[in-house]
Amino acid sequence: MADIFDILGPIMVGPSSSHTAGAVRIGSMARTLLGERVVSADILLHGSFADTGHGHGTDRALLAGLLGMDPADLRIPNAFEEADKVGLKYTFGEIELMDAHPNSVVMDIVGESGLRLSIRASSIGGGRIMVNELDGIEVAFDGSFNTLVIHHVDEFGTIAEVSRLLSNYRINIANMRLSRHRRGGEALMIIETDQTVERKIIDWIREFHGIAKVTYYDKNKEAEYEA
Amino acid sequence: MRLDSMEAICLGAKEAGAQFWEAVLLYDMEERQCIREESMAKMLTVWTAMVEASDSYTGQRRSVSGLVGGDGLKMRMYNRRGESLCGDYVGRVIAEALSMAESNACMRRIVAAPTAGSCGVLPAVLIPLWNQQKLTQRQVIEALYTASGIGAVIASKAGISGASGGCQAEIGSAAAMAAGALVHIQGGDMDMICNAVAIALKNLMGLICDPVAGLVEVPCVKRNVAGAMTAVSAADMALAGIESRVPVDQVIQAMGEVGRHMPLEFRETALGGLAATPFGKEIKQRQKERE
Repeated sequence: MADIFDILGPIMVGPSSSHTAGAVRIGSMARTLLGERVVSADILLHGSFADTGHGHGTDRALLAGLLGMDPADLRIPNAFEEADKVGLKYTFGEIELMDAHPNSVVMDIVGESGLRLSIRASSIGGGRIMVNELDGIEVAFDGSFNTLVIHHVDEFGTIAEVSRLLSNYRINIANMRLSRHRRGGEALMIIETDQTVERKIIDWIREFHGIAKVTYYDKNKEAEYEA
Repeated sequence: MRLDSMEAICLGAKEAGAQFWEAVLLYDMEERQCIREESMAKMLTVWTAMVEASDSYTGQRRSVSGLVGGDGLKMRMYNRRGESLCGDYVGRVIAEALSMAESNACMRRIVAAPTAGSCGVLPAVLIPLWNQQKLTQRQVIEALYTASGIGAVIASKAGISGASGGCQAEIGSAAAMAAGALVHIQGGDMDMICNAVAIALKNLMGLICDPVAGLVEVPCVKRNVAGAMTAVSAADMALAGIESRVPVDQVIQAMGEVGRHMPLEFRETALGGLAATPFGKEIKQRQKERE
């Protein structure tokens, strides 16, 4: 159903909810999913992002998000300077993707401790976004729920252990999707929850056998910025 | 109650013994599971952001492409000379609409209402009254609920994006929202709100979305003025007791229908209309070289 604050809102830096506000959210989502400060970003723009991205400030908006800004941050127009200030190195290029949303971007980012993330995401209108691919694995989530992204090895029991832990803490799973490269190989669990997932729970999941990496996106953090 | 037709909101309001704006407030409390004060506080942050955007306009900024900036200031200076044909209030409305839409193009903070490209229309009709102390905060908040209810109905029945329905869906919707807000402020009843919405939408029906070089600049900034002027005249007509012959929900339906039949060239693709003029093509080429 309609949220009247989607009609009067978002409060955002212009000029475009899809090319600017959505791009900030994609950058910020990428930073969250990396799980640490970003020191390097190789960014490839597709479709309308490539054609009109500079005029809409899409490039600055993506960097602003990677720097941790929200869509209403007045420093977005100065994102290049802000990136230089904190030593975030970046490159921009173009890419032609098959069957992708016209407002799509592919980013390879590296964090301060050397963590890496490859992400493909799109801005689907009104500032809303969709994450389409993580480290080469197809996914589909939009940040409208609290979201756990769990990289693990595809083997027996891992999924059961994670869901048991969540249920013990009365955390309801709204959506859950599993994707993998191949049987027994790298796999991804995307779990969208109704409740907030506390830090300690995330740390426990990290200790389970076969878990490679866990990151968490808290939708209320973003909601605060929106208000 | 659902926000899927003007009739539904009016009926919901009557059942609750409430005004139009209050029915929208009750909907929000139910939808987001919050109390009255929380909802109204959030609406106040929307208003504060609009006022801040207006107050921080200097007229010195230019858009990334260089096509837009400074016209709001020109209009403000012209108004000060007392020569405006439109008179004091409408002269100020024009200046506010230009300023807000320019601020958007120049990467300042605005409130999408309902979209970023049409962000100037609603604040343009309210801020001149606010600045002259003709409005209380309470009245403004009520007007914003009225506007958001109208926008939600149009979004659900017809669409509010230029890509789906052309400029009529963005500036047209914003004008309808602003018209309803003005009628409420002037003490009009629910029927008058519906008539104002219908008249505003009808008068902008068919407007295409043809942004030069695909940027939210030309003709978007000045179209915000067209939307605001349409809103003021539609509100005045409705308050005078003039009725829309076609019922409001049917007008909204028709606007959606027009949008669906609009050629792709006229729906934000920058392939037709002003974007396809020699000037438009030149700007596009120049922009491409900078990308």
